[in-house]
Amino acid sequence: MNKLQFISELRGRLAGLPCEDIENYIQYYSEMIDDRVEDGMSEAQAVADIGSVDEIVTEILRTTPLAKLVKEKVKPKRKLRTWEIVLLAVGSPLWLTLGFAALCIILAVYVVIWAVVVALICVNIALFATAAALFACVAGLAVSSHIPEMLMCLGAALIIGGLSILMFLLVKAAIKGTVWLSKKIVLGIKSCFVRKGEV
Amino acid sequence: MDIQLKRGLLDVCVLASIKNADSYGYQMIKDMKPYVEVSESTLYPILRRLEASNLLTVRTAEHNGRLRKYYSITQAGRQRIEDFKSEWNEMVSIYNFVTREEDADE
Repeated sequence: MNKLQFISELRGRLAGLPCEDIENYIQYYSEMIDDRVEDGMSEAQAVADIGSVDEIVTEILRTTPLAKLVKEKVKPKRKLRTWEIVLLAVGSPLWLTLGFAALCIILAVYVVIWAVVVALICVNIALFATAAALFACVAGLAVSSHIPEMLMCLGAALIIGGLSILMFLLVKAAIKGTVWLSKKIVLGIKSCFVRKGEV
Repeated sequence: MDIQLKRGLLDVCVLASIKNADSYGYQMIKDMKPYVEVSESTLYPILRRLEASNLLTVRTAEHNGRLRKYYSITQAGRQRIEDFKSEWNEMVSIYNFVTREEDADE
């Protein structure tokens, strides 16, 4: 890939960003390529050395606030005509409520995911508590020399204690996974805004 | 390394790369390379952040018939490096404490 191809691909992939930001990124990366060429690399080497456009775009999206992308997207490209404003105002009971409903659904899904995680944590705490109670029973039964009952309690305590430790690992993975998923979702939403800008 | 910790360290590294003389992006990356690997896409947001916090300033100058951005450190930027040095003493004493505990375990 030569510099021109790299720059035009980067420009295309960033189309949803504010114009000023795109120009800043293009200027920055084209300076980096020119400096490498001046340093003795070939143009193709210099472009390869910079990294893939995919990686660069992902990093840019990660550091660009979602609000900025939304603002750029909803900003009208030209002044609205009178009939468009009238139509928007008349239709507002419909599109406002629909938009609000969509927002609520997204929020609800997110809350549900976290609720499942919280439920898992609660179950895990309950398991730990049960195991602790059973161990207390074992001690009680041992003191009153009810040996068979004590052995049964001990078995149950060990099984539930083991289960709760296993579940702790599961909960830890679930929390990590949810955080990872949240980051991915935000990045996905951001890239939607940028991709639509290509048209 | 912890992301927050690395972020703070990279800010100081970038400032240190221009503390003696003004520099440009590629030169800064090359200067830091023996100590810490920084990619272009990592450097960009750092430069913007440091510029926004007035720790460095940017000027565009012509070089070989094209434009190049040069970065210079501000007084506040130098102060940031000094702050880092004094924080570092604290870090070292924490490190000594942590490793002493390890020695005691052995």
